[in-house]
Amino acid sequence: MNAPLHSIDRPNSYIGRSVSRPNAKRLLAGRGRYVTDLMLPRMLHAAFVRSPYAHARIVSIDIADAKAMPGVRLIATGEDLSRICKPWLGVLDHFKGMKSSEQLPLPTDRVVWAGQAVVAVVADTRAQAEDAAEAVVIAFEEIAPVVDIDAARAAGSEIIAPELGTNVCFNTKIDTGGIDGIFATAKHVVEEEFTFGRHTAVTMEPRAIVADYNPSEHQLTVHHATQTPYQFQDLYSRHFGVPEANVRVIAPDIGGSFGMKLHVYHEDMAVVGLSMMLGRPVKYVADRLEAFLSDIHARDHRVRARLAMDEIGTILAMDVDDVTAVGAFSSFPRTSVVEGNQVVRLIGTPYRFKNYRAELSVVFQNKVQTSQYRAVGHPIACAVTERLVDMAALRAGFDPFEMRVRNFIPDDAYPCASPSGFKFESLSHEVCLARLKTMMNYNGLRAEQAELLKKGIRRGIGIAAFVEITNPGPAFYGVGGARISAQDGAIIKVTPSGEVQCQISVTELGQGTETIIGQIVAETLGVDRERVKVMTGDTDNTPHGGATWACRGAGIGGETALQGTKKLKGNILTVAAAILQEKPERLDIRNGYIVDADGGQQRIALAEVARIAYFRSDTLPPDTNPQLTVAHHYAPQGYPFAFTNGIQGSLIELDAETGFVKILRHWVVEDCGRVINPMLVDEQIRGGVVQGLGAAFFEECLYDENGQLTNGSLADYLVPMAVEMPDIEVAHVETPTHDTELGAKGCGEAGTAAAAAAALNAVNDALAPLGAAIGQIPMTPARILRALGHK
Amino acid sequence: MTDKMPVTLTINGEVVSRHVSPRDTLADFLRQDLQLTGTHLGCEMGACGACLVLLDDKPIHACLMFAVQTDGMTIETIEGLNDRGTIADIQEAFHQRNALQCGFCTAGVLVTAYHLLKMNLTDSREHIRDELSGNYCRCTGYEAIVDAIEAVARDRRAGLVSVREDVDA
Repeated sequence: MNAPLHSIDRPNSYIGRSVSRPNAKRLLAGRGRYVTDLMLPRMLHAAFVRSPYAHARIVSIDIADAKAMPGVRLIATGEDLSRICKPWLGVLDHFKGMKSSEQLPLPTDRVVWAGQAVVAVVADTRAQAEDAAEAVVIAFEEIAPVVDIDAARAAGSEIIAPELGTNVCFNTKIDTGGIDGIFATAKHVVEEEFTFGRHTAVTMEPRAIVADYNPSEHQLTVHHATQTPYQFQDLYSRHFGVPEANVRVIAPDIGGSFGMKLHVYHEDMAVVGLSMMLGRPVKYVADRLEAFLSDIHARDHRVRARLAMDEIGTILAMDVDDVTAVGAFSSFPRTSVVEGNQVVRLIGTPYRFKNYRAELSVVFQNKVQTSQYRAVGHPIACAVTERLVDMAALRAGFDPFEMRVRNFIPDDAYPCASPSGFKFESLSHEVCLARLKTMMNYNGLRAEQAELLKKGIRRGIGIAAFVEITNPGPAFYGVGGARISAQDGAIIKVTPSGEVQCQISVTELGQGTETIIGQIVAETLGVDRERVKVMTGDTDNTPHGGATWACRGAGIGGETALQGTKKLKGNILTVAAAILQEKPERLDIRNGYIVDADGGQQRIALAEVARIAYFRSDTLPPDTNPQLTVAHHYAPQGYPFAFTNGIQGSLIELDAETGFVKILRHWVVEDCGRVINPMLVDEQIRGGVVQGLGAAFFEECLYDENGQLTNGSLADYLVPMAVEMPDIEVAHVETPTHDTELGAKGCGEAGTAAAAAAALNAVNDALAPLGAAIGQIPMTPARILRALGHK
Repeated sequence: MTDKMPVTLTINGEVVSRHVSPRDTLADFLRQDLQLTGTHLGCEMGACGACLVLLDDKPIHACLMFAVQTDGMTIETIEGLNDRGTIADIQEAFHQRNALQCGFCTAGVLVTAYHLLKMNLTDSREHIRDELSGNYCRCTGYEAIVDAIEAVARDRRAGLVSVREDVDA
């Protein structure tokens, strides 16, 4: 099952090897090509006048003084842009009954969050645009802001979108039946209220876009720091009425994304419109405050949950109520409902129990929109599940490992389904749990913990198992009507010198997409990796595809490259066979040579086959017809998602006097199926863990009662620094999916999925001897002190 | 608007004379006027370290200094460090260890690494982590960066790499 695709001793064997990233060299030389760095001839710069209020009517806008400022080329309002941009609506059909309000690049009558862009100013320089923005005068009439999730749903609350008549975006329920009866008679019931703070991606490169409309050709080129250029090609075409073939979206080097840069942002749509109004390139780069005010936020859930268990430690049922606040409308095109939906469907998924009830309420409020950010919903589902499992273990006197041994879905029980309807092909919780226990030296840690406690040193040990959604098929977005592709495409060609170029629709964000695609192409074809160049991120030069999100790059993009390369190899061998007067099936390619499949005797160089095919086709038999360029598309088939699993461990030290927590160690055992590049997978896991630990201890977008963000800077919003982070030990179990030949599943979100949950359990483990507990993240020192009874 | 002011300074070994607005930061001057776009802006308040450059061979935040203040000074950016080969071993270690992902913070991290290694502030992982804490990285989780710097320090101590002496400083 875990055998390599090819013998590891075979030449050009790259799948499963830790090779370095060729494209990292230019980044190390300061030669990255970020949109932020881009300068085009006659390029202008946009700045935005933003709402100081969370909720207000726009009474009047006076641009007269601003228009007269130096360098100003255009000032545009919501009315101006509404004439050239069709509104968008962030709903999906498969979320029955969900509501949202139509959005325009800039508002025409009301503002619904503090920091919302209201007026766009375009000038020769960014500084001039910002100067002029200060001279725009907008009169607002304040409306009571809706900030609290319970108040938003109370009778008489101000309604953010009057046309909807409610602040409730979406409700859904899962109920397998008989839950109240099970809880009434269960031996043990544990329950907790969990609060998950709002946080945001904080990409080091803020959002950046250069729109370049050329009226003479009706051509729109958008240099856009995004994960999903094809989605934006489609959107810009439809919303601005430019033929799709005339819309080119280029996503060059991107300074971090983590899901944040695949949503539609009002400023980005405005910049496209401004370029069309001016017929010139227009650039906009969010500054850090603008990023905090307008990038999507995520999480912000309150979950009340309980778990029922029998006398021998068998989990009987879970019962969950999740309320989440998503901002003033649902994001587009992926909506703001997916996170909550994933929370209620992922809760409990590592475990065997069949009785489950969950209710999800998605609520509007006057804050910036939330949407998909790394590990969408997983950290919440995992923390709720794993904290309750630990609470139950403590109640019944079981060790956390023992509790999981008793309740995991056994590794030999697959395929099976969760009570929430997810279908699992094959997961490996038991083997991962055993591996983690050894890796952590768990028994040793417990002994050390007990010894240290005698000296007043409070250590905490926590573990958290997770299930992750990867390789999503059309069931994720396509079925709901979103024009978001579940398939990917590649064009792979042999150059006349026998080298290889692969243009593929999955995108590079620094995680190593181009590297792993190169590994797959080189190994599958039988050439040195240095002879393969991979190109991504340009809708004019790559086939249409879903690109990179939801951990689909390796699993779906990789299979696309694998199957496309096999097709190309077949074509090459057909030509070689004609040249050599041999049967194609008796030939193979190794190290850039056509060889005898048996024995490996070199017959002719790939470069020579290419030379003949391109320049001396006259010497080939008339019907040879060489096809040394292939295009191939692949969409996931079989299971709707390729689920992965794993487990994390956390060791912390708590200072009960100050509430400060030192993170000492972190461990991850992860199963993403076939590992293509162990080093890159490990680094995805580590980076993901650190984002999860950021959420656990530091990161939160804080608002006051008026809906004002109060910590919108990198001095006030705390992200993890090197000194606070531990070394992270990573191990893998490989359970390949049988839906593909490659067998790869995703790994980019696994670290984030369970890191906070493991840390939450570790902190609670340290608090337990003091009779205290915490159910809120981030676990700031002040909150820990409150949990300890300090005011 | 205040009139532009003349500045003359040495950047990456070349004497540069320009007129700058008094409000232009060094970072904007480097990126916009000189197209040295390897220096990035992440927060514009001296927190994240993406804009670190060397001023008279010491790391400073290019976002916290006005261009006019640098008259007569010597600045080196990632482009200069790269071109004179003085961080080649650090770049190679970062490449082999994958101590970068998106690369946006990397120029600033390399400036810090250059300084740490030069000043021998690399005696332990904890020390390296402490010194790196002025550089925010959202992708790597830092461990690979610590590993790479630690490896270079080890190799330099063992004399495995001959570091080219400063050409212009």
